[in-house]
Amino acid sequence: MAKTIEEINHKIRSGKAVVFTAEEIIGVVKEHGLKTAAAMVDVVTTGTFGPMCSSSAYFNIGHSKPRIKLGGGKISLNDVPAYAGFAAVDVMIGANALPDDDPRNRFHPGEFNYGGGHVIEELVAGKNIKLVATAYGTDCYPRKKLETWINIKDLNEAVLFNMRNSYQNYNVAVNLSDKAIYTYMGTLKPNMGNVNYCSAGQLSPLLNDPYYKTIGIGTKIFLGGGEGFIAWQGTQFNPGVPRTETGVPKRGSGTLAVIGDLKQMNSRYLMGTSMLGYGVTISVGLGVPIPILDEDILRHTTVTDDEIFAAVIDYSGAYPNVKPDIVAEVSYGELRTGNVMINGRKVPSASLSSYPRAREIATTLKEWISGGKFELTQPVASLPGVESGVKFKLLNERPINGSGG
Amino acid sequence: MTITNKKISLRFPRHLVDRPVVYHLIKDYNLELNILKATISSEEGHMVLELRGERADFDKGIEYLTKTGLIIDTLCREVTRNEARCTDCGACVTICPAQAFSVDSISRDITFDEEKCVVCGMCILSCPSRSMELHF
Ligand code: SF4
Ligand code: SF4
Repeated sequence: MAKTIEEINHKIRSGKAVVFTAEEIIGVVKEHGLKTAAAMVDVVTTGTFGPMCSSSAYFNIGHSKPRIKLGGGKISLNDVPAYAGFAAVDVMIGANALPDDDPRNRFHPGEFNYGGGHVIEELVAGKNIKLVATAYGTDCYPRKKLETWINIKDLNEAVLFNMRNSYQNYNVAVNLSDKAIYTYMGTLKPNMGNVNYCSAGQLSPLLNDPYYKTIGIGTKIFLGGGEGFIAWQGTQFNPGVPRTETGVPKRGSGTLAVIGDLKQMNSRYLMGTSMLGYGVTISVGLGVPIPILDEDILRHTTVTDDEIFAAVIDYSGAYPNVKPDIVAEVSYGELRTGNVMINGRKVPSASLSSYPRAREIATTLKEWISGGKFELTQPVASLPGVESGVKFKLLNERPINGSGG
Repeated sequence: MTITNKKISLRFPRHLVDRPVVYHLIKDYNLELNILKATISSEEGHMVLELRGERADFDKGIEYLTKTGLIIDTLCREVTRNEARCTDCGACVTICPAQAFSVDSISRDITFDEEKCVVCGMCILSCPSRSMELHF
């Protein structure tokens, strides 16, 4: 029995929609069977919460008196440099930005206690942020210096924009060298002393809709505690990776570019994050509703951690040097037990993304939908599917000296 | 209100030996105190104190001691978790040599057992949200 999004929205409006989280739906389908469940269930909600480096916020601070043109000038927020390459008073800050005086990795491993991710967290939490800017001055924008506190409630627009997050599966990291290494996958002990992973697995948005049948451009989502939208496919989108029989990618695959109004978000779901020896980033909470339009879509949402496999990569050698070697393939089910067997050895495993918070997001989204507060949108365009031939390319490095481009 | 009861080990550099430090802890910070050990020469002093009082007073008292220039031995430090910042990710679980963190297999919440902590400090910078804090 096929349904349409409009029919589901009708049920949401009348408070009758049947919604389960991606974790709950596994048991529901086991109990009732695919057919009955597909007729009964309207929406399955997903969630994820983990470090998402390609995140940023942009906002319009309003015009000062006299006017200043920040575009082409220099700007910092709480001493973290922001981007001033736009018009007069639009500012963008990236989650990985660091204050100029941060020692970075001069004393390895650097601490990275404060950066763009923390500025975004504090901004959304309603704290005052120190803005310092210099500009070159023009006839119409004469001012050359601006030093002021800004607060999110006074900004014209404040927008969260992530060019890539919600990775559909991801590498699992180990360190085969004989000394500790510090990576974006956390601290990795020597000689494969630990293994780190970073995915909500069976709760993760794109693992529940592996062929992007319902998730597309224009899909309304839970973003940072508020509402947001999928704006585009995320960068490094790579749908053509090896998949299991049921279609679940076994390597990093699809990603999402998302956008939403920062003013209605919540710092519980946007948290400045420090990765020892690597840098500063932000952990973002994101949840996507999956409309159960037919049995096939429902079947994909019943994916369990035992059916999701990821590649174990050596971050001391293969990863930095872009070698294709993988150490092993492991399931999320095994990773979540706290130990995995790799080449006959039992290795303790830990997660960098928060499963409890992913569950909290899926549950919140479920409550919003059942409570009639959140309707679904029909995507306006699809994400590039497996058949699109879209591929993730490495840089084709060409020396600059010699003949020009 | 939580009452803190802790032993701290203090070293007095030469120029502080004759300062009434202990008196200030009692009078200005409302701390009850018990001197467990004291060796004071004209060159240096060493004292082990048991302090009891409200957490806020205790912290202020420690701050006063540090500002005065006293050296508080690291043995007395403790590591606590800022529950408001902890996201229950679990990155600390395999980092801790004392197995002070454990994962609930159902809720997947991360429990921190202070009793097991040996104050090695490994988790402090390895926690992505910087939830683990070092205190006296
Ligand atoms: S690493 Fe930090 S945030 Fe993650 S569970 Fe441990 S204490 Fe909590
Ligand atoms: S300080 Fe060391 S022993 Fe204590 S919890 Fe952190 S890692 Fe474990």
